[in-house]
Amino acid sequence: MSENFATWQSALAVQPAGRIARRFRALAEAGEMGLVAYITAGDPSLAATEKIVLAAAEAGADVIELGVPFSDPVADGPTIQRASDRALRSGTTLAGVIELVRRIRANSEVPLVLFSYFNPILQMGLEKFAAAAAAAGADGVLATDLTLEEAVEYRAALQAHGLDTIFLAAPTSTDARLAQIGAASSGFLYVISRAGVTGEREALPADLPALIRRARKFTSLPIAVGFGISLPTHVTVLGGIADAAVVGSALMAEVEKAASTDEAAAAVAERIRVLKSAARTGVSRRSSEAS
Amino acid sequence: MSAIAPMVPDARGRYGRYGGRYVPETLMAPLEELERAYAAARADSSFQAELDSLLHNFAGRPTPLQFAERLSAYLGGPRIYIKREDLLHTGAHKINNALGQGLLVTRMGKKRIIAETGAGQHGVATATVAAKFGLTCTVYMGTEDMERQRLNVFRMRLLGAEVVGVDSGSRTLKDAINEAMRDWVTNVESSHYLLGSVLGAHPYPQIVRDFQKVIGEEARAQIAQAEGRLPDTLIACVGGGSNAIGLFHAFLPDASVRMIGVEAGGRGTTLGEHAARLAAASGFSGARPGVLQGTYTYVLQNFDGQIATTHSVSAGLDYPGVGPEHAWLAEQGRAEYCAVSDAEAVEAARTLARLEGIIPALESAHALAEVIRRAPRMKKDELVILNLSGRGDKDMDILSRYV
Repeated sequence: MSENFATWQSALAVQPAGRIARRFRALAEAGEMGLVAYITAGDPSLAATEKIVLAAAEAGADVIELGVPFSDPVADGPTIQRASDRALRSGTTLAGVIELVRRIRANSEVPLVLFSYFNPILQMGLEKFAAAAAAAGADGVLATDLTLEEAVEYRAALQAHGLDTIFLAAPTSTDARLAQIGAASSGFLYVISRAGVTGEREALPADLPALIRRARKFTSLPIAVGFGISLPTHVTVLGGIADAAVVGSALMAEVEKAASTDEAAAAVAERIRVLKSAARTGVSRRSSEAS
Repeated sequence: MSAIAPMVPDARGRYGRYGGRYVPETLMAPLEELERAYAAARADSSFQAELDSLLHNFAGRPTPLQFAERLSAYLGGPRIYIKREDLLHTGAHKINNALGQGLLVTRMGKKRIIAETGAGQHGVATATVAAKFGLTCTVYMGTEDMERQRLNVFRMRLLGAEVVGVDSGSRTLKDAINEAMRDWVTNVESSHYLLGSVLGAHPYPQIVRDFQKVIGEEARAQIAQAEGRLPDTLIACVGGGSNAIGLFHAFLPDASVRMIGVEAGGRGTTLGEHAARLAAASGFSGARPGVLQGTYTYVLQNFDGQIATTHSVSAGLDYPGVGPEHAWLAEQGRAEYCAVSDAEAVEAARTLARLEGIIPALESAHALAEVIRRAPRMKKDELVILNLSGRGDKDMDILSRYV
């Protein structure tokens, strides 16, 4: 009886599918690859980010990752380092980014992931952070420098508030780690295309398809691939092997170049339209190859 | 004060609640590889024998434990002994760890090493070891530190290392570590990150401590020889804290031995003006537990968890975090931590130069300043060991501005 009770209880504990899962399901049904857009929040201001995010969603971004700026972004290349600097100089805090989530949510149903280094979350307090992020309308959280081993309390806090926990899988991750990462993740699995920091690159690594296939063995979650993706050809290469492409530095380079918020929003939206168009054809190629 | 058996860290790299491993996923595999390689090396007596030989023949160990006769008489307090790490090859204790990790790198089959440096002493030690072992070496250094420790930049380049200036943040040690981590995450297959202090993700704090604990092991035998008993007080400066842990470690089980770590008090107690992480009792603001560069420890930060800038006249102490084992020793009350100002450190360097004929590094001068401050309150038969972690040749530019 107790065994049945436990099964029944764990079935009840399964969260209803959130915005992220629903979006990936819709993409799969439509035969489209998804596009995840990373935007550093607060660069050059939170008001500007709000406009840029809404323009990105309107242009076809399937998931928005809101980057929480941090003083010491060890996983980021020069473009996002500079974006983080500008965001911190404009006074951006984690609390401010959560408030931005609330404002975006009032106008859009686009899935929102908070993308942060761990210390700002830790300083706010795990429970307080999870409650505030969920109440504002965030859907998931990714903490760049938090590995599974240190994430026990973090996962419990996020799960209790119905937030997806997205973890990174890397080319250096062993099969054993991929299995653990897959099991601990929800929403989607974020696969890093190469060992390195964020930033635009010429080409994707040749062994990337093998890495995605390896990750696939350990999870049934959608797989998003990021780091080094900026061009439609990159997205096309991922067609048929990944469920989504993540673009970040290329967008923040547009924000950096733009002379005004409207210009930044327009440039980001244009980038997303081009990439999303490649994402659509990328998957139709898979369908035709499969048939 | 209670004795503590040196049984830390635990399997997760924790010293009490401090330490651990907070890194991007890409670095987990190389950290696990390093942990395995280090465990194998530790179990291999030929590794230790080879390291001992290098420490003796190349670095100049053992270093003397010198009775500071004129300084002791001048202060009129305790009997002060100086552990002369400044006499080592390359001029500081940093060579102990650089040789140990360098030897480990050759066993791991990697051909390139990356290092960060603040004062330049760890950079010089790493460049030296790279030259000796035939490895390629890239050293990251904040541009502010390159300016104030110019001589060491030249030494590293003469030794064949590439020195890369880091222009982000406060352009000091923390920013150099960020850039070294970015290089490492990009070149994990070919490169080893030769971290220079008891900082970073597990197993670094343990590895660096183990390669530095020779300082205390020698000092323990030397003071027994000289005085026939244990010392009463150990004093060392604490940036990341490798020379302090190196001295303290062998004495941790000795409950009667008091341990004092001296941080950089800089030019004021407000956040941004100092680098005092554990000396909060002295009124320094901004430190609380947090995650920085791989480890959970006391970190100088603002309310929102953004890491603060720091200031110290000494580049080697100018860092917002502290080794997790120090955070734990502080919490246990096993070691106590205080801070000394820029001006006090410079004055202490002058005093030692004139009384003992030794020009200390500005880092080590912080520990000396605390000895000078406490001496009048100490008994004449008390025994103090001061760790003179490095020599002051590199600091001539800065000293000439003050003296």
